[in-house]
Amino acid sequence: MHKFIFKPFDEMTEKDYATVGFKSGLEIHQQLLTEKKLFCRCPAGRYSDKYDAEILRHMRPTLSELGEYDGTALMEFKTKKEIIYRIKRETVCTYEMDDTPPFQIDDHALDSALAIGMLYGCTMVDEVHIARKQYLDGSIPTGFQRTAIVGVDGNIPYKNREIKIIQLSIEEDACREVSDIGHRRVYITDRLGMPLIETVTGPDMRTPIEVAEVAQICRRLVRSTGRVRTGIGAGREDVNVSVTGGTRIEIKGVPRIVSIPLLTYNEAMRQWNLLRLREELKRRGITEKSFKSKTENVTKILRKTRYQPIQNAIEQGMKINCVLLQGFKGLLRWQTQTDTYFSREISDRVRVVACLTTLPNIIHSDSSGDTIAASEWQNIKKQIGGKDDDTLVLVWGDEQDANTGAQEIVIRAKEATIGIPSETRQAFRDGTNGFERILPGPDRMYPDTDLPPKRIEDEKLEKLHLTLPNRIWENEKWYRKLKIPTDVIEPLAASKYTKLFEMLVKDSKLNPTLVAVVLIQYQKRLKTYFPKAKQIEIETFEEIFEAFKSGIITREGIILAMKGAFTNSKLRFPKKIKSPELTKVIKESQKAIKKMKVQKKDKATEILMGMIMHKVRGRVEGRVVAERIGFSGKGKN
Amino acid sequence: MASDDYKGYRGEALSTLKNFDALVWSDVEIKTSRGSYTGIILPRSETADPLHVVIKLRSGYNIGIAVSKIQNIKITGRKEAHYKIPEKAFPYDPKKPNVKLLGTGGTIASRLDYRTGAVIPAFSPGELYGSVPELADICNLETEKLYGVFSENMGPEQWRGTAEAIGREIEKGVQGIVIGHGTDTMHHTAAILSFMVQNSPVPIVMVGSQRSSDRPSSDAALNLQHSVKTAAESDIAEVMVCMFGPTSDTYGLLHRGTRVRKMHSSYRSTFRTIGDIPIAMVSTEKITPIRTDYKKRRNDKNVIINTAFEEKVSIVYYYPNMKPDIIDSLIDNDYKGIVIAGTGLGHVNKPLYPALKRAKEKGIAVYMTVQTLWGYVQMYVYDTGRDMMELGVIPGENMLPEVGYMKLGWALGQTNDLEKVRDIMMTPIAGEITEREPSNGYLIFQGGIPEVEEFISKYRK
Ligand SMILES: [Zn+2]
Repeated sequence: MHKFIFKPFDEMTEKDYATVGFKSGLEIHQQLLTEKKLFCRCPAGRYSDKYDAEILRHMRPTLSELGEYDGTALMEFKTKKEIIYRIKRETVCTYEMDDTPPFQIDDHALDSALAIGMLYGCTMVDEVHIARKQYLDGSIPTGFQRTAIVGVDGNIPYKNREIKIIQLSIEEDACREVSDIGHRRVYITDRLGMPLIETVTGPDMRTPIEVAEVAQICRRLVRSTGRVRTGIGAGREDVNVSVTGGTRIEIKGVPRIVSIPLLTYNEAMRQWNLLRLREELKRRGITEKSFKSKTENVTKILRKTRYQPIQNAIEQGMKINCVLLQGFKGLLRWQTQTDTYFSREISDRVRVVACLTTLPNIIHSDSSGDTIAASEWQNIKKQIGGKDDDTLVLVWGDEQDANTGAQEIVIRAKEATIGIPSETRQAFRDGTNGFERILPGPDRMYPDTDLPPKRIEDEKLEKLHLTLPNRIWENEKWYRKLKIPTDVIEPLAASKYTKLFEMLVKDSKLNPTLVAVVLIQYQKRLKTYFPKAKQIEIETFEEIFEAFKSGIITREGIILAMKGAFTNSKLRFPKKIKSPELTKVIKESQKAIKKMKVQKKDKATEILMGMIMHKVRGRVEGRVVAERIGFSGKGKN
Repeated sequence: MASDDYKGYRGEALSTLKNFDALVWSDVEIKTSRGSYTGIILPRSETADPLHVVIKLRSGYNIGIAVSKIQNIKITGRKEAHYKIPEKAFPYDPKKPNVKLLGTGGTIASRLDYRTGAVIPAFSPGELYGSVPELADICNLETEKLYGVFSENMGPEQWRGTAEAIGREIEKGVQGIVIGHGTDTMHHTAAILSFMVQNSPVPIVMVGSQRSSDRPSSDAALNLQHSVKTAAESDIAEVMVCMFGPTSDTYGLLHRGTRVRKMHSSYRSTFRTIGDIPIAMVSTEKITPIRTDYKKRRNDKNVIINTAFEEKVSIVYYYPNMKPDIIDSLIDNDYKGIVIAGTGLGHVNKPLYPALKRAKEKGIAVYMTVQTLWGYVQMYVYDTGRDMMELGVIPGENMLPEVGYMKLGWALGQTNDLEKVRDIMMTPIAGEITEREPSNGYLIFQGGIPEVEEFISKYRK
């Protein structure tokens, strides 16, 4: 049934992806540009790894609104982690540490979320209900994220179809993880509580490239509002992937859109290969019902082993468990992703659930690498009563962790007979992904009893609507019609200057190409000299173009004014030169050049031109000077 | 039609739902002038407006839809939520001590109520075992729900009932008693129980939570473990409050019932012993006494329960420019006792003197405490203090104002003879007055100071 064999990434075609039934959707997280955090008055966007104090907490699962414990919750409880929060008093108050109830939602953030929701064409909600979305990994000290839907059911055009926007929510950002070793996880809390929006698309993308392209469109769309943060970590994607017969799997926290194609390819391959693994198990007669395993303590047999990790474990008085997976021979070497095998599915679970974070945390008898001696495998096999077609897996740790580890090995192996377990997975740099946690269901949502619902008046939405830029694809179409340079079209459409551009072109009747090139290209080029400077404000550009339009400054004057805007906050325009003054400058320069010994006579006019322009740059058009001195060379302007 | 069919809805929202026969818990597709939504109709909080319908979307989120925009509601099914705390029989082990948990309210274990968004306590041993299974490692637990009131609604009836229940349990031979209580007035109840229950042979431990147990970060489970451990294992036979020491999940403190006070509106580590040090620290591992002068556990059942209480007692929190009519109105309303929380060493302004004189003449017991909370009343230092004593105001030493209120109610409940009342008031029974304030009895660290910051950076507060 799953006959198709995955090809290397570069060789996969659209048809191949259609064959496996590739489907993918996005959950795009984008920080909003606000002064303060979402539910307290701490400053947003101040990052630092320094901290003043630490707080220790644990997380316990609770009952969900619909009355049952959530799957993830139970798993996290099994792991019993100690969570350490590093706090810095400038960026964190008692709210983030869950020692003070929330304050009213930040209005500016809510407005931005509503505006972006409308830009996506969503049906906006009339009353915003804050929910608590449970996270037991400790990434939020309350154990839940405050989050609320502001709009549902939007769309964006893509190719010749529509990508559905299922919902858009506003929520608080989580902590940044510092480390996660053994039973202790450390977080830094500066980012905690910052407002962000989550945009959920339908599972409408059919190839890995499409996923990245749609992510790019969404990113540019939200950026065009000028209401979101940019830079590293300001936008993060969760990617959902499934194949025919597979499960919707979520890859969490993909920081860069360029890494999406390889990640989704690998995930599709993983699911496909796990389905093939299930078929192989079935062929061997191993099903959920007939699955058999056995666990035994094999510490004694291995007490003289020379395999370093286990030798160390024995020295530290740890326990070594062996799990026998009946009939599994060779299957831990079954490929799942690029250079990745089924054994990693097991190792990942052991790492996360049993907190055995030092790798390797398991070894197995299918391995071709050097582990324990063949005689030791033989002795273990004898003790546990293994047959030739069985696989043995070893796991070690303190009593409790070694036992949890063994249980997880059994659980994950058995799941292979069922299919693909619902889980969230983390993205790795090499394009593969690893187990993070069991996929939480809608069961983890609770209403937030600390905050009342917030009514959204129609008038508020109407007002916000007026501030919205056109949707980027509409602008791009118009820009193409205006024939502005093609390399400027996309960046301009995604910039915060779209409304300004429209005004300058439609109302001020300025040349579209000039305006576009100034806003995007000039700024980009100038910015390389002032890397730390902020983007020029819309109001500043309005002033500059006003000065240009009324003839106070020239085109070159625009550049000078922009330089000024980058370096100091106050705009100063050089006054346009008047004719007598220009005549004076020309005469002085002609005098000066006569004193100079110019080697090549024919270059004299060019040098003269340069001397004059040096004095009057930005105050008069170069061509005027050229005319006056009879210079016909290539002027810059 | 059951009254819960449209739970919480009224006005326009109710009539819209009725129009489409869309009961609460219906799975629906709602068509509005703006767009369509699919989800389950939820009950609405009764305090919310009558203009919106709440639905739970498939994603688990709730949203509100303006009824004025609703064009159609199509009902496709029904899904009603059933709350259930996983309930398992609490295991019994004859080798383990028996602990009784008395419930008065509060949220040690709880679930949510859709209608009001309120947290409903869950309480049976099975429910508690379901949510905090660790308890079974400590003791055999029995529970009894005495009341289900919020902490601010606790009053003489509940105090008496609780004291009597404690007496019954001691008579039955339990090894320790835990009392679940809302945190707001926990120190009031701790004080009155310290007076109503005398000579207890076993620990009496009051406990609650600052973060309700419907959230993963709740302090409830740990507080419960700490308090049950204290009740089962400690040799401290006093009325105590057991709540978080620091805000971190590390240890709890056992505060003497007459010296403890809630000091922050929301922090976990809100309870502090005032003018003294706590009795002990408690973690899931061990109980570490930090003083030795506590009453020890005994094997007898010789507890004295004295539930006398006079309700006509008041606390007056003095402020500059207070007018005598405040005192006068208490006199005119036949109050029998007044506890003043005075400024500084225990002062009020002169214009109050005539009123205080009237109180004296009418035989009202008036006691002075300090609103600084820390320190003693010292009425000899200034003339004003001496004047007031002439007017019959009795200095209450270092009794906390709330404790003074509880004790005066208890004393007046026993006798109207002001001399006898004075004897009862001024004879310390449970540490409400101490002879001396140790130098570490007053420690409020001031943030920002280098050595304090250094301390905070080293220890998890
Ligand atoms: Zn804050």
